[in-house]
Amino acid sequence: MAKKVLVYSTPTCPYCIRAEQFLAENNIPFENFDISAGRQKAEEMVQKSGQMGVPVLDIGGEIIVGFDKEKIKEALGL
Amino acid sequence: MHDLIIIGAGPAGITAAVYAARKKMDLLIITKDIGGQAAWSGDIENYTGYQFITGPELTVKFEEHLRKYDITLKENEEVTELKKTDDIVSVKTNKGRYEARTAIIASGKKSKELNIPGEKEFKNKGLTYCATCDGPLFSGKDVAVIGGGNSALDAALQLINIAKHVYIINITSNLGGDAIMRQKVQESKMVIVLNNAQVIAILGDNMVNAIKIKREGKEEILSVQGIFVEIGLIPNSEFAKDIQKNQFAEIKVNPYNETDIPGVFAAGDVTDVPEKQIIIAAGEGAKACLSAFRYLAQH
Repeated sequence: MAKKVLVYSTPTCPYCIRAEQFLAENNIPFENFDISAGRQKAEEMVQKSGQMGVPVLDIGGEIIVGFDKEKIKEALGL
Repeated sequence: MHDLIIIGAGPAGITAAVYAARKKMDLLIITKDIGGQAAWSGDIENYTGYQFITGPELTVKFEEHLRKYDITLKENEEVTELKKTDDIVSVKTNKGRYEARTAIIASGKKSKELNIPGEKEFKNKGLTYCATCDGPLFSGKDVAVIGGGNSALDAALQLINIAKHVYIINITSNLGGDAIMRQKVQESKMVIVLNNAQVIAILGDNMVNAIKIKREGKEEILSVQGIFVEIGLIPNSEFAKDIQKNQFAEIKVNPYNETDIPGVFAAGDVTDVPEKQIIIAAGEGAKACLSAFRYLAQH
């Protein structure tokens, strides 16, 4: 089964947009949380990643900080 | 051995690569990322052909254009040394070593760091170099912007809509930057400007919870949860040790993008070219490639 992919992002963050574009180009379905919209998701992101930079990707439980293409590919098995 | 190694894939490096690919040069591109500073830009309204485009969108366009050609691109790779011996330019990276007859340095600029205790430790743990990206995480919190120029004012103005209070820690006696932005900052009740103030340490546990500053000879501790470092940019030119640079560490180039090392060219924000603009960097990249092509024909 495909891994569940969650993206924590802000609408103004260029690398969040790049990460989302990358997932879309590879036909990976994902759920995007705009953490500027509410504090709950922001706190969830900080808790999961132990840091405060966006984007954060949760790929089937594996946490990737930043738009790290190599790590994202590896986690998705691309 | 390659004809040409291009270091960097921002507007300058990518444009140089497109020109090189069209000249059928044997080309290798080594870069940390795609787009460089352009990828971090917000709205772009002065790149000819696009009345409005965002930095990430323009970066995608650049990358698409680049990938139209059959090129070798080493991404996520950082150059640590560039040397020329005899007629060979050798480039060392964190992953390997490469050789070419010519090179174009188009490695751009990066955010300047404070170099104070706590900075490395708390990076992305409350301390950030990108207000645009990470600003929304600090909603309702007290934050500090370090710096006093346009980028600091811009960060402060973005944060007044998000944070509770915004301190501006400015090392000089007055804020710099554009008058319009300065006025907006000074009119805001959310902003507290501290002039003649120097940051000496970042404090916290798991995350930032304060900064230590020095003002009028006295040390003070400000309780903040976010710190935005906006003290300007420095060129990514450390790896080119033998090359001539100016006082700002920018690589010196002539109108043909030649450095003082024959066969080594440079383009864009890493150089002393007047004006740092996406369209200028792109044009400089094209020039550098044509100069490298001419050099190869003659040597």
